[in-house]
Order: sequence, then structure tokens, then C-alpha cells
Amino acid sequence: MSVNLRNVALFAAMALALLMTGMFQSWSLALTILNMSLISAVMALGVNIQWGYAGLFNVGVMGFTAFGGLAAVLVAMPPTEGAWAAGGPRVILGLALGAASILAAIAVWQRLPRGKLRVAALIAVLVAGYVITRMVFAPAADAISQVNPATQGFLGGLGLPVILSWPVGALFAGGLAWVVGKVALGLRSDYLAIATLGISEIVIAVLKFESWMSRGVNNVSGIPRALPRPVEWQGYDWVQSLAVTLGFTTNQMASIVEKLGYAILFAIVLGLLIWLSEKALNAPWGRMMRAIRDNETAARAMGKDVTRRHLMVFVLGSGVCGLAGAMMVSLDGQMTPGSYEPLRYTFLIWVMVIVGGSGNNWGAVLGGFIIWFLWVQAEPAGRWLMDNLTAGMADDSALRTHLLTQAAHMRLIMMGLALLLMLRFAPRGLIPER
Amino acid sequence: MDPVSAFILLSNFVVIPALAYGSQLALGALGITLIYGILRFSHFAHGDIMAFGTAVVILTTWALQGFGISFGVLPTALLALPVGIVATILYLLAADRTVYRFYRKVRAKPMILVMASLGVMFVTNGLTRLLIGPGQQRFDDGTRFVFSVRDFREWTGLSEGLALRSSQFLTLIVALVAMALLFWFLNRTRGGKSMRAYSDNEDLALLSGINPERVVVITWAIAGTLMVLAGTLYGLDKSFRPFTYFQLLLPFFAAAILGGLGNPLGAIVGAYVVAFSEMGITYAWRRFFEHLLPESWAPDGMLQILPVDYKFAVTFAILVLVLIFRPTGIFRGKSV
Repeated sequence: MSVNLRNVALFAAMALALLMTGMFQSWSLALTILNMSLISAVMALGVNIQWGYAGLFNVGVMGFTAFGGLAAVLVAMPPTEGAWAAGGPRVILGLALGAASILAAIAVWQRLPRGKLRVAALIAVLVAGYVITRMVFAPAADAISQVNPATQGFLGGLGLPVILSWPVGALFAGGLAWVVGKVALGLRSDYLAIATLGISEIVIAVLKFESWMSRGVNNVSGIPRALPRPVEWQGYDWVQSLAVTLGFTTNQMASIVEKLGYAILFAIVLGLLIWLSEKALNAPWGRMMRAIRDNETAARAMGKDVTRRHLMVFVLGSGVCGLAGAMMVSLDGQMTPGSYEPLRYTFLIWVMVIVGGSGNNWGAVLGGFIIWFLWVQAEPAGRWLMDNLTAGMADDSALRTHLLTQAAHMRLIMMGLALLLMLRFAPRGLIPER
Repeated sequence: MDPVSAFILLSNFVVIPALAYGSQLALGALGITLIYGILRFSHFAHGDIMAFGTAVVILTTWALQGFGISFGVLPTALLALPVGIVATILYLLAADRTVYRFYRKVRAKPMILVMASLGVMFVTNGLTRLLIGPGQQRFDDGTRFVFSVRDFREWTGLSEGLALRSSQFLTLIVALVAMALLFWFLNRTRGGKSMRAYSDNEDLALLSGINPERVVVITWAIAGTLMVLAGTLYGLDKSFRPFTYFQLLLPFFAAAILGGLGNPLGAIVGAYVVAFSEMGITYAWRRFFEHLLPESWAPDGMLQILPVDYKFAVTFAILVLVLIFRPTGIFRGKSV
């Protein structure tokens, strides 16, 4: 890894911006931004693995992130008493039957000779599979939703430490990506984009409406924390004495310590991922991937199985996004399916990768930091700008109040412009690929 | 056993809504497919620019209503359509000048153009929200029904009712006229023929003296018109919300891919297939079968294959099936 002064300066400037936020706004805000920046950087790294290494266009980052987030619920929540008895095994059986009928359909399609018989058999298998699955599944799902519906009404999880859910989230998202990639890779490159757009909407729909699993729009809150809560930190002597030395209240200090703790955890994960991907990029594997990206035909002529390599990279990148999703849910301590929107969870990540520098891991990380910082700070900045722009108008002017209430949307325009300008004038990003 | 009632029930809850929805999808999918055929990229800003155009129509409608102007039994929004269409076409042309033309000139990969359209999508998204806010808006006025359930029952004396909302009727008429005009334009006029020639073989078209920039301008103009029509009709029929319009991107693409990207007729067929599947699979068939089967056979479940919340899953399933079995679409589109 060559240390480039310009890159160091860019990261230093970013750190300075965060420090300024801490000094002029609040340390708590600065650390909140830092934590989400670290998670965003992981997501950007995932997208960069797909786009930067292989030129795969994934517009479903939101779906993979949310699906990874589900892992935090399924791993860390304590199992709901009575729900397992009400229908746990039956729901699992239902899901297994559903999967089995799809596998059976694939087997029928591959084994039988072409012709009308094959089509008829396929339809018969699918219809029978659907009816049986539904008969097993639906009553059990309803029964689970009836268990203490005001606060629970879902299966709960395994009650394991929440950190375990991070790799599990990666596995979830990677598995989903494998299915999507199997269907959409190897065709026109736009088809993957459209397929991922679709799967991300479906993942959100599933999280919103399968209440036996994720409580749906009622949200799962109170997911066990990876680190002690601020209340528990307050009890430590060193936190109290540190608060006195630095001039914070014990309350503030405890929350800062907690956030710092998460920042350290996330930084470890991010560092590990960067190390792994740098290793991979500089290994023969990375050179092969770049060769495929830059000239598919030539790579194919060298005997590389382009579609399979693409599938692999797609699964890896989506897995990283799923990891970030699980990290985010465990930071928030809650799963809120209604809060996932594509602009924030898919397209913003793309802006990060393009601005930072696609094909360069450090670039993607820097992009994650800068864009998340701007995204958070653009809201007050947009309001301030709008306030000054409209200062000439009368205070009760309808247009002025309208513009002021909608000023928050300015940041969407800003992000779009950032993407367009970078794409046009500096397509290699802030830290270009070497 | 009452097949007439079953048929009326089906018309009321599936056929008519699906025809209207399918027509709205067709107008959007036609735009996607034309842009793909001529400019050769997937236009991801389609849904959001549609929301932008519709927002202009809504604001103009409100202004007209403010001046006390109405369109009698028809919705005032129809009077506001030209304003929305002109604004959208200008917007698209501005986007083309500032964003897409450069990539066309340097012959960038299609993916870069798609990425650029994401940038345009972001900007448009913010602009629309700045204009009208992220919330839901209703702007329909005029009469609500061509005939209502009660009218129908009085005329026919049947127990099942059938209603035709004016927005549905209007959608069908406008969509039919727009499609007829489009095909007339593509098949009979110089501009349309040059578009088809350019879409079929770019080099040959250039050789025969067709001005590519003119073709591009015509394409954006047509796509813009179709977008505003689709958006306004959808808004009148259901309601306007910027995010819903963004989500329409998926059925648009599913329809266009199903029909074969670049093939206008295919996009229309694809749109109706998507609409009818969505409606049919999320409809509870219980009452239909109660009418059709003898009483002792009456089903006890709702007979709903998927809850309405999963209508995207239906679209997606269609998309997946097409990608697996016939990636070029039913009518053989441009390329795999």
C-alpha cells in the first residue's frame, strides 16, 4: 500500500471536519456521525467490491442491508415464550416445504425432456407445492402473531450475543445475492440492476408484512446491545472521574463512552475488511477480476468463467452490505422496516462510491465518510441557505414558509449534483484506482 | 351457480381496474422502451421525472381551480396537462444537454449512462419534493363515476354491482388515443421512420443522413409526453405520491423487458400482462367461486394467492421468469 500524501490529507481533512463538529455542535453528534460513517464505509466497500472490481451494478443495496439487519433480530432477540410452541416448528416446516417445492420444480425442469409434458409437470409441482406450503405455513404464522401481540407476536430469536449476528447477516445477504445472481447474471448488465431493484423492494415488503418473523411495521425494539448501555457505564468510577476531568456531566460522558466503544468495534470490522480486500485485490484473484472487468472477452479467451466469477463477487459484495446492515441494527438496538428507503440505503451508497473513487477501497471508505457527513450536515445547511435566500420575502409569505419546510429536500438535489459532477469531471473519484 | 354474477364481479374488481392500471403502465413502459431503443440505456429516472411532470400538472390544476376554471364533468387536470408536458419535455431536454449528451459523444458504456440517470433521478427527486412535498396529494374533480354500482343495479336488476369510475374510463380513452397516435407517428411520418431506422441500425441511419440529435430530441419529447400522461392518469385514478411513482419503475421495467426492450408493441402487451397478473394474484377469489360453484362446494378460504402487500413480488416473479426463459422478451427485443 503506497502512502500518498494527498490521500492522507483528504482523510485528515475529514477527521478535522468531525472534530469541528464535536467542538462547535456537540461531541455526541460527532460520534453519531462517526459511527454511521463507519457503517456507511462498510456498505460502500461492499458496493465497491461489486462495481469497482467487477463492474456489477447493484441497485438493491437497501434489500441486502435490511436482510442482513434481520439477522440481528433472529440471532440476538430472546426467544418469545409460547411462540415456539404456538407454531415455531410448523413455520420452519412451511418454509422448508416452500424451498423444497422450488427445488423440485427446478429438478423437473432439468430432468424431463422438452415438451408440453415438462411444462405441465412444472406447473403441477409449483401449484401443489404452493397449496401444501400455504396449508402448513399460514395457520402457524397466524398463531404466532396471536402470542402476546401488543409487545411480541413474533418468534423471537435465539438469544445469542448480538455480535454473532454480524457474520450471520453477511451470510443472509450473501445467500440472497446468490439466488438473485444465479438468475440475472450472464445476461445484459442492466438486467442485474433491475433484478436487484426488485429484490430490494420485496425484502422490505417481507420485513414489513411477515409479522411472525420481524413484527412487521410494529418494529422490533430492545434488541440486546453489543456494549453496556450509558446507564451502566455511569456506574464505573473511571467514567465518573473522566467526566469531571473533561468537564462533562456523567450522563454525557457515559453516552460518549458508549458511542466511542461502538466506533472502536466498527473500526475494527472496517479495518479487517479493508485489509482483506486489499490483500485480495493485489493477489492473482484481484488481477483476474480487473482483467474480467476491463475486457470480458479477453478474460473469457484466457479460460476464465466470467459468469461464475461475477456471481462470486456479487455474493461477496452483498455479504459485506448485509454485515453493515446487521451492524446498523445492533447500533440502533431496533429493527424498523418502515425506515428503509432506497434513496438513503441504495442510491446514497452509490454516491459514496462514485465520489470516493470506484475501484479503490480507501476511496470508497473516504466517500462513505464525506457523503454521510454532508448528508447529515446538509439539512441544517439547506435550511440556513433557504432562510437567507428568502430573507427578502415577507415573514408570512406562503412561498417562504413552503420553501423553508421543504428545505430538507435540498440535500437530495445536492447529492444528485455531486454524483453527476463527479461522474462527468472526475469519474475516477477523489482517490482514484491505482 | 350464477355465472353472470361471477363475470360481473370479476369485471368490477379485476378486469376494469387491471385494464386501467395496465394502460397507465403501458404509457410508462413505452417511454422506457423507446429511450432504450434510441439512447440505448435503461432510464432509471423515469418514475421520478414522471412524478415531477405530474407535480407540475397538479400545481397548475390548483392554480386553475383557484381562478375558478373547471372542465365541467372532466377533471381540471386535463386542462393542465399541456403545461406539465411542456415543462417535462423541457426538463428532459435540459437533462439531455447537460448530462447525457456528453456520454453519448464519448460513446460511454451503457452502465455509465444508467449511473448518470441515477444522478438525474436524485436531483429530480429533490426538485419534486421541493415543489410539492413528499406527501400524498389528490387532485381529481369532475364527476366520479361514468356509472356507479347503484346505477348498474337499477339498469340491470342484478345483485352484483359494476362500476366504472371516470378516471378509469378516461385512462382507457387517453391511453388508446396516445398509443394510436404513437404508432401512426412511428409508422407513417418521417420523424417516426427515422427513429425506427436509428433504433434498428445506428450506422446505417447516420449514413442515410438522419440527424441523430433530432432523433434524440423527438424521443425525449415523446417519452416526456407519455410520462406526464401516465403520471396524471395514475394520480387521478389512485393518488399522487412521489415515492409511489418511483416504485412504478419496477413494473415499467418488467413490462418493457417482458415485451422485449426496444419494442413498443411488446411494451404494451407486457404492461397488460403485468397489470392482470398483479390484480389476479392479489385478488381474493372466494366470492367469484361462490357464484360459479354449487353451494356445497363453496370454498372456505379467501382464495387469495398472495396478499396485496406483495404485488411487487408478482412483478418480480414475472421478471425472473422472463430472464430465465426468454431474456429477449416475448417479441424479441433488441439484445440480451
